[in-house]
Amino acid sequence: MTIALVTSRDTDAAIRVASPLAVRGMTVSYGQTPAIFSVDMTVRAGAMTAIVGPNGAGKSTLLKAALGVITPLAGTVSVFGQPMAQMRDRIAYVPQRASVDWDFPVRVIDVVMMGMYRRLGLLGRVRGQHKALAQDCLDRVGMADFAQRQIGQLSGGQQQRVFLARALAQEADIYVLDEPFAGVDAATEKAIIAVLQGLRDAGKTVLAVHHDLATVPDYFDDVVLLNTQVVAAGPVPEVFTEDNLQAAYGGRLTTARADPESVAG
Amino acid sequence: MLADALLLQLGYNATLVTFGAALLGIAAGVAGTFLFLRKRALVSDAISHATLPGVGLAFVVMVAMGGEGRSLFGLLLGAGVSAALGLLCVQWLTRRTRLGEDAAIGAVLSVFFGFGVVVLTVIQAMNAGRQAGLEGFLLGSTAGMLRSDAILLALSAALVLALVLVLRRPLGLAAFDPGYAEATGWSLPRIDLAMMGIVLVVTVVGLKVVGLILIVALLIVPAVTARFWTERADHVVVIAGIVGGVSGYVGAAASAVAPALPTGPIVVLVGFAIFLFSLLFSPRRGVLASVLIHLRYQRRVHVRQGLLALANGQPIYEALTRRLLARSGLILPDGVPTSEGQAAASKALLDETRWAIVRGDQAYALAATRYDGLTPIEDVLTPDQLTEIDGKIAAPQVVT
Repeated sequence: MTIALVTSRDTDAAIRVASPLAVRGMTVSYGQTPAIFSVDMTVRAGAMTAIVGPNGAGKSTLLKAALGVITPLAGTVSVFGQPMAQMRDRIAYVPQRASVDWDFPVRVIDVVMMGMYRRLGLLGRVRGQHKALAQDCLDRVGMADFAQRQIGQLSGGQQQRVFLARALAQEADIYVLDEPFAGVDAATEKAIIAVLQGLRDAGKTVLAVHHDLATVPDYFDDVVLLNTQVVAAGPVPEVFTEDNLQAAYGGRLTTARADPESVAG
Repeated sequence: MLADALLLQLGYNATLVTFGAALLGIAAGVAGTFLFLRKRALVSDAISHATLPGVGLAFVVMVAMGGEGRSLFGLLLGAGVSAALGLLCVQWLTRRTRLGEDAAIGAVLSVFFGFGVVVLTVIQAMNAGRQAGLEGFLLGSTAGMLRSDAILLALSAALVLALVLVLRRPLGLAAFDPGYAEATGWSLPRIDLAMMGIVLVVTVVGLKVVGLILIVALLIVPAVTARFWTERADHVVVIAGIVGGVSGYVGAAASAVAPALPTGPIVVLVGFAIFLFSLLFSPRRGVLASVLIHLRYQRRVHVRQGLLALANGQPIYEALTRRLLARSGLILPDGVPTSEGQAAASKALLDETRWAIVRGDQAYALAATRYDGLTPIEDVLTPDQLTEIDGKIAAPQVVT
């Protein structure tokens, strides 16, 4: 019995070392109701993973807790087997667009530069190479001409692409996105997915909260079905089945299919 | 007299005070900008009101220890300690209870201020006369300011500016996108602590000059004013510093001319005058500019709608539309289009037809987002693309 326990611990340690983001026993609660309960999630390196689930399933909460934006009640996070705190530089984050005030006095290029603040430190000088990188990141999301605009002048889709460019400027290995396609136009959705697939093909890892069930098989390799707890997780062909979806969404499945935006958040 | 004061002709002491107030204004404007951008402006009001009991108690302690009780440094030290205590109360109430920050600020502000007034009253009853000067902390008084006081102001202002220079990146990031700041490894509680520490320093050293009731204005008004003139956070910081500096300088100079007037209100009124000017005349965000931009936009829409109506042979009902078209020589007074009017109308119709094709074609999805009914399509598409679109107008594709 004891031997078996040790073995399973060793196996999990090996799995965590191989995973760019491994969450174990994560519980987050607002007041007395858990938003997510005892969630285990192992993200596969070099793959695109979607977190999918009904409204209020705790998808964004799981992301934020994994990144340390909110403090969980319980749970550990590891990045390639190391504690999150030491590995932050490897992770780029794209928050929900609605989470910031877009009337903030800042230009598009300044927002992208924020992706380099960690590397620049408090007093590091912004040099030509940094500006060139920021401009290049904007170019990759098709926003090169908007560098000098105030962010409030952009459409929702353009704002989302600026956030993605800021994450690209972090030059990380893991890209974590919270609802990147919520409320964006079709052209933006295409541009974003092309960038993400390019990252995946370059060996990077992508993890995104996603609300449109119809596009999951087209866009993603792996899927985590979440409804407070993990309902199922693994490669899309094996896990993204009618039975699992029914288990995750219950009676809301038809609504979720008809109107993806209704289950956003 | 005021001109003399502004040109620093009123003697050594007045000059000292004027410089001190200007430095304080710069520091307050710069520090307040980050409070304003972080949308926590009112916290500074709680901090400043929470200084009062500290001032009173420090006086009592200094007298009890055999001193005279008038040492500015001692009084400010007391103010700083009690302000920090008030700030901790606000943070504790916000984090550990269900009270919102606004309620916590209101509670802390009034309780600390009330307690401070009680302490001052007791002091007055005990040692009539000796507490003279403590009321100066309410509304500010620069009369009797010493060289050492001005040096204290200058050093504090330098400290605040240095801290802001070092911390400008995390402070700006926390204000714009706190979640992203945390996710990329900045400690939000520490950034906020640093911001509040900076504000605390400004508040405490500003007590003697503008007084605790009005220091909040010196922190916030410059930032709000600066926002009218720029769309860049780093420029807001610099402009706010300038506005704060000018307010402090002019306010202190005016107060040197009329010593009976408390300094704080004059400084604030000068700041308010700059704010009012910005509110009205800022070229982008000002009230007048907004009205003009709206009117110009409305006219363009009317002309465009009128031209499209002409092109489609529809009647124009709105008097404003007819008047605008007639004034531009596009129609005659009886509503018949002139030759220019006909040309403009057919151009407008062509534009709309082109736009309709662009908006219905997935390949032009990005260009289609720029449709607003007014932008000339030539600004959005290349001549080659226009030729392609015109081809679709001439030869509509047969749906099979």
